[in-house]
Amino acid sequence: MGEATAMLRVKVWRGNAEGGAMADYAVPARANQTVLDVVTHIQREVDPTLAYRFACRVGMCGSCAMVVNGRPRWTCRTHVSRVAQDGALELRPLSNLPVIRDLATDMAPFFDKWAKARGTFQPKDAPDGSVPDDFAVVPPATKQRQQADAGIECIGCGVCYSGCDIVAWNPDYLGPAALNRAWTLVNDVRDGARKDRLAAVAGDAGCHACHSTQSCTAHCPKGIDPSGAIAGLKRSLFWPGFKGGVR
Amino acid sequence: MNGVQLWAVQRATAMVLALAVVVHLVTILVAVRGGLSAAEIIGRTRGNWAWLGFYSVFALAAGLHGAIGLRAIAAEWAGWRGRGYDLAWIGIALLTAAFGIRAAWGLYSA
Repeated sequence: MGEATAMLRVKVWRGNAEGGAMADYAVPARANQTVLDVVTHIQREVDPTLAYRFACRVGMCGSCAMVVNGRPRWTCRTHVSRVAQDGALELRPLSNLPVIRDLATDMAPFFDKWAKARGTFQPKDAPDGSVPDDFAVVPPATKQRQQADAGIECIGCGVCYSGCDIVAWNPDYLGPAALNRAWTLVNDVRDGARKDRLAAVAGDAGCHACHSTQSCTAHCPKGIDPSGAIAGLKRSLFWPGFKGGVR
Repeated sequence: MNGVQLWAVQRATAMVLALAVVVHLVTILVAVRGGLSAAEIIGRTRGNWAWLGFYSVFALAAGLHGAIGLRAIAAEWAGWRGRGYDLAWIGIALLTAAFGIRAAWGLYSA
């Protein structure tokens, strides 16, 4: 420190559900600085009324997602050096979700859709929710295990949901994360609710609304492929869709 | 028909169209070589069951595929959703297909 510090020009959306506007801040540039560091600096050193959300700071909890220079990202694992354009950052709350205040969105609609997509594991061996007598053995080499593993690391950050055009066009659409979760459970051999789950994710508000534009896959910070998961759900529903029972 | 079935129909007709469009274009390119007259066209199509069958399937697939696609666009861009709209789109699909099949029949029976 001591020498003249380079400054980042940071625009932050400030407002609430009624509306808002961009506000300008100057933040000292540092080595290995993350976007979350920048937001934290503003809140601690410049304006304590700034609202934002974070918890783990290490890419586990999925709390800190924001739109950074037009693209949804997890801010705790996004280095400023990778995304700043000429020392400028523009931070907005996640798209497609109601804003509570400033950079904090209401995630309730996002998680309500997980519930609608039957995103809870329902053990086959214990339909009443009790603990099964023994461990289920699911060999790692099996296809279903590998397909379940492919989507299991979702942290529920909402980045894919924010980046999805279909959610913007069709507010009822369950969205990539909920459908990825459903596909993970469809492939979980221990799960007993496959039929109900497929019925829950079928139709114009479910997987069939997806146009496979793959924004979700491009944006997912965990490298998950929700678009592929949705394609899997569509494949699984092709013939059952004609037999009735699935709407 | 519900959304799932309409989606499946659109996917199936896409497969038919992928093949039919290629056959259609190649046929045009081959047939047009050295010029083509109306009499030549009718000479090939009149009484040709294979030709009528191919274009009937083609027209049906195109009608269904196009209308189901427009249904999705209308739902997203104009908010036209629901049973009434679905029935209207199926009507438009069959009507469009009927126009195509009628044209093929005209050349078959000319």
